[in-house]
Amino acid sequence: MAATLTILIDGLTYASWLFIVALGLTLVFGVLKILNIAHGSFYALGAYMAATFVAWGASMQWAPAFSLVAMLLAAVAVAAIVAPLTERGLLRFFYGRDEVLLVLVTYALFLILEDVTKLIWGANPYFVSEPYAMFGNVDVGIQSYVGYDFALVGLAVAVGLAVWWGLNRTRQGKIVLAVIHSAEVASSMGVNVSRVYMLAFSVGIFLAALGGAFTAPMISVQPGVSVGVVIVSFAVVIIGGLGSIEGAAIGALIVGLARSLAVHLAPVAELFAIYVVMAIVLTFRPEGLFQRIQARKI
Amino acid sequence: MAAALPSSAAPVSGRTDASVAHGRTVLLGLLTCAALAVAGWFAPKWLTFLVTMAAANGLVSLGIVGLMRGGVVPFGQGMMLAIGGYTAALVFNHLGVTDALGLALGGGLMAALVAAPFAPLLSRYRGIFFAMLTLALSMVTYGLLMKLDMLGGSDGFNMGRPTLLGMTLPDARVGYILYLLAIVLATVMSLLARVYFDSTRGLVTLAVRENELRVEYLGGSVRQAMTINFILAAFCGGMGGALAVMALGHIEPNFSFWTTSGEFVFVAILAGWQSVAAVFVASTVLEIVRSFSSAYFPNTWQLALGLFLLFVIRFLPKGIGSLWMKGPTR
Repeated sequence: MAATLTILIDGLTYASWLFIVALGLTLVFGVLKILNIAHGSFYALGAYMAATFVAWGASMQWAPAFSLVAMLLAAVAVAAIVAPLTERGLLRFFYGRDEVLLVLVTYALFLILEDVTKLIWGANPYFVSEPYAMFGNVDVGIQSYVGYDFALVGLAVAVGLAVWWGLNRTRQGKIVLAVIHSAEVASSMGVNVSRVYMLAFSVGIFLAALGGAFTAPMISVQPGVSVGVVIVSFAVVIIGGLGSIEGAAIGALIVGLARSLAVHLAPVAELFAIYVVMAIVLTFRPEGLFQRIQARKI
Repeated sequence: MAAALPSSAAPVSGRTDASVAHGRTVLLGLLTCAALAVAGWFAPKWLTFLVTMAAANGLVSLGIVGLMRGGVVPFGQGMMLAIGGYTAALVFNHLGVTDALGLALGGGLMAALVAAPFAPLLSRYRGIFFAMLTLALSMVTYGLLMKLDMLGGSDGFNMGRPTLLGMTLPDARVGYILYLLAIVLATVMSLLARVYFDSTRGLVTLAVRENELRVEYLGGSVRQAMTINFILAAFCGGMGGALAVMALGHIEPNFSFWTTSGEFVFVAILAGWQSVAAVFVASTVLEIVRSFSSAYFPNTWQLALGLFLLFVIRFLPKGIGSLWMKGPTR
């Protein structure tokens, strides 16, 4: 029983940050039709930026609670600096090209950002341990869990609801949905499509950086964190169906649970449990769990 | 369009022109191979090694180009490289087969065998889903290789020096002989690829890229073409892996990691889908860029590679092959 609970809680924690990151990935795909390999690099940028901001806050002797604000600001900073640069400076030249070619464009971006982060922050690991202890420990049954993990789950739920509300209940969100449906028609109705692209891309990057910033306390921030994250996020959005919020949530839960089951019961399978699940889902639902079937075009 | 149909033969009038062109291609290929063989004798060791690796990696990318002609791009071809490489190294260490040519063919055959059951399944997928599913398969392989202690886990293992056609290879010339083997195999596979690309099925593949529903209406089997292309790509990849492990003398799970696969796609895009020779030119360019930038600016070589890739996609969208191949514009 205790073991089952541990597996569930571990899976849920893993799923929560993964959901935040994958939500950004699926949003960018939904609007811009780009499967962004560099998404993992934005996650890494968020983590590095958070490490810098939290350390800076600590050196100014601000209260520990400031570190949460610092992590949020780190994500905002990454989105504000990187999103305009990449979207306006690079991606817009490739809109409308083949999807797979766009994957390769973002692969090039991933390679570039990989070295840029190393140039800025060096190759040594950073540790952001202050916020991790802030929420104390929570006793569930006979086991004790770190409170931060539960806070992360709360954050994921809040972010998911916020994005859902923003898309479905606001004017701006309706415009984004219209662009997702048909950029051409939306444009002829007077929607500034390139502004919507910019907005969606910024929110996507912000979510990646937010995921990175809030996982920074749980990992050591070092070169290579981006590589694993992006592939796992791919698995999440592919399982859930590209461009679907519910899909990203279910996908993240499936991946989180698959991973924690593997870690606790069959450690040998840890690395590939996620991909086995993804392969199985794709075999039976080639477009993912939450994707509508589309007719083939002649 | 009629030439792409399985039932109809190529137009008769085009026959002689085509065979003249084919004769010229074969001659050019053989001459290039011979010139490289002579040049390799005088070239410094690092250069022959570089070209050996370029030929081995180029074989993997050749398979990707074969799939790209049908409009799908696999993002997990590192898996085939790993299967070929591990097969060659294991057969060498445990079964005592040391012949380099045999190991290269064995690596290719094993990769094709492993790919065969997945091929009919994968032939249903297009675009991003094909890319992601192949990526998932390669990452499953990576995970397995990392955890299997009998295969050396994350460190991998070494293999000794192969023989060739019954000869033991002397210290001074082992690099050159492996280089010869690599360029000869690359030439043979390139010529075979050219023949295949220009065959009826090769043309059906091109038609699938244009519009697969029309191909089906005209009586061609899209799924059969895609299945066969995937198995052939696996064979090329496995052969490349076996050659790479013989040149390196070491194998590790990173062969199957997704960034390795990304480099092969990189080469295939750089080459474009029109020319076979371009694949090996592109592969050599990548090896040169990689070794020079890792020597002169070790911290920013990925940056250089990324900028280079963006440059190619932006300004040479059909690849370097389009510089000398005339053909359909799409």
